[in-house]
Amino acid sequence: MKESNYDYEIVPGFTFSALFWLIIGLVVGLWIAIEMFNPALNLTPWLSFGRLRVVHTNGLGLGFGLAGIFAASYYILQKLTRTPLVFPGLAKVHLYLFNLIIALAALSLFAGMNTSKEYAELEWPLDIAVVVMWVIFAINVFATLTKRQEKQMYVSLWYIIAMTVTIAVLYIVNNLEVPVNFFKSYSLYAGANDANVQWWYGHNIVGFIFTVPILAMFYYFLPVSTGLPLFSHRLSIISFWSLIFAYLWTGAHHLMLTPLPEWIQTVAIAFSIFLIAPSWGSVINGYYTLRGNWEKMRSNYLVKFFIVGITFYGLQTIQGPTQGLRTLNAFFHYTDWVIGHVHMGTMGWVTMTISASFYYMIPKITGTALHSIRIANVHFWLILVGQLIWTITMWIGGIQQGSMWKATDPDGSLTYNFLDSIASLYPYYKIRFAAGIVYFVGILLFAWNLVMTIRASKNNPSTD
Amino acid sequence: MGVYSKPVVFAVLSAIVILVGTVVTVFIPMLMPSTQPVSDYVKPYTVVELEGRDIYIREGCNNCHTQTVRPLRTEVLRYGEYSKPEEFAYDRPFLWGSRRTGPDLNRLGGKYLDSWHYKHMADPQSMFGKSNMPPYGWLAETPLDTRYSVKKIRILDYGYTEEEVAAQIADYRAKVSNPSYDSKEARDEVTPEKLRNELTEMDAIIAYMQKLGRDVKKLEAEK
Repeated sequence: MKESNYDYEIVPGFTFSALFWLIIGLVVGLWIAIEMFNPALNLTPWLSFGRLRVVHTNGLGLGFGLAGIFAASYYILQKLTRTPLVFPGLAKVHLYLFNLIIALAALSLFAGMNTSKEYAELEWPLDIAVVVMWVIFAINVFATLTKRQEKQMYVSLWYIIAMTVTIAVLYIVNNLEVPVNFFKSYSLYAGANDANVQWWYGHNIVGFIFTVPILAMFYYFLPVSTGLPLFSHRLSIISFWSLIFAYLWTGAHHLMLTPLPEWIQTVAIAFSIFLIAPSWGSVINGYYTLRGNWEKMRSNYLVKFFIVGITFYGLQTIQGPTQGLRTLNAFFHYTDWVIGHVHMGTMGWVTMTISASFYYMIPKITGTALHSIRIANVHFWLILVGQLIWTITMWIGGIQQGSMWKATDPDGSLTYNFLDSIASLYPYYKIRFAAGIVYFVGILLFAWNLVMTIRASKNNPSTD
Repeated sequence: MGVYSKPVVFAVLSAIVILVGTVVTVFIPMLMPSTQPVSDYVKPYTVVELEGRDIYIREGCNNCHTQTVRPLRTEVLRYGEYSKPEEFAYDRPFLWGSRRTGPDLNRLGGKYLDSWHYKHMADPQSMFGKSNMPPYGWLAETPLDTRYSVKKIRILDYGYTEEEVAAQIADYRAKVSNPSYDSKEARDEVTPEKLRNELTEMDAIIAYMQKLGRDVKKLEAEK
């Protein structure tokens, strides 16, 4: 099928939505990073940390992350099925509805309309809108899959299907709530049950947004951008099924040593350790795909995004199960260690993979070369260095705070009061802010590079 | 393998695979008594405490404060008796939190006088120079909205009648506006004159904080 028969119009729409929400989310992130050591920045109720932190997590997780996933999914879906989107008009509705939801989400969270359940903070009217949007997406996914020209579905499509199904289940179950009025509701579940449902959701929303669809991108864009076939189809089958099976058992490692029944915690630990295997199945598949061609790390600017990205995924999936162990969790939980852990995944693995996917797709779609490979390389190094300083600083701070909480004097009394432990972290918070600036500059270059590429394509419309 | 060329079958199969762990670790426990224990010593929130809890949620206090004391020696030393599942029977949603930028609050009730809280909420840095907590003085400048209180109590099934809800609100207003209230001076300092005979959002959130862990403390004292 000729390239021109595909319906790619939707891809740049979601790409630039992702970039927009990425920049907004990072500005909020930088603002709250300063608030952590300088509370004077809590200027108004709308700008107080408790409200802004939620705008940051939702803005980046849902605004940037989901938009990036939709952009790549609409592209991969058409390519791997060799079929144009069945409902391009519906995809356009999806794009507008998505941006409307994220904008209303940001406004409502600024205003304090917030259910308190992490990554599910949106109030019920927006929850309904999210479900409608998801159905619109799913209709295009399954319609296009059903009409496909290519008989076999490649591994990236499995991951997209698994995401489509699982996010729907997670989102609906965790957001069941009884409305008080248009802006306020109460969870259907109480106490330990509510906690269990929430962290089953919280862990798996990370799994099925920040892992599953990002793996779909990785499995597709690494081979097509290098011309190298995937190392092992069999390994990808084993990795896929064991990953999606095991993930759902592990949520309770977020609730270690809480009043949740102990057996649920222990089952979660066991499955978390098991998850190292399928996670590393994908890492190894990625590394071995490059076997004998490692010079591409240097010659192809996209490869290092993918390979360093999947390396952070590999590190993330060892660190996660390790800090889920009961003894280590007793030390690390509730400290900045976990904040460092999350950001290695999001600033490292997720952003690097989405970055390279955008760099691959936009020139392909517009038929224009990327504005500047050199800027893309600088972007890579800035986000790598920024993220490393950021996360390592938080790990050190986490170890320090955990130690101070545990420290006792010879007579058995506590050595430090709580305020000592938090105030001792302010130097780390300043370093974290500086690292965030480095990262942010990298992201601005990323956005600039793609904006310039699109502009060039509009000035020289491709003739094919 | 046939399943890789049948998208709908593939989707159904994926759904089954993800539901196994979900059913075992989430759905079945919902029906087990161990996740929803109730106990006579744990009482539901009064309506003012509940309104305070909703302000706690609105302001995202759970982003910095946990409400679960783990059964660890230094944790029990720092905060008090570790948390039990029955304490949370009336918590919808739960507010255990995930990060301690500030201390755990599950045993906060009764630790300080209301006056301490009025001063601290309005200006944390005036009491702890190095604290990074945001100031919440504006809560004292906002009258408490009780229009939905009855409906909230009904949804949460706390069992108070409409008259009891009205009485709880009136009683708490009488308490904090009474000249003999032990924290009157601190309250007056942060509350604008025209609201001193009304309930403010600050009054409610402090009422909520004073409830945290009090039932457990009472039980301990009786032992």
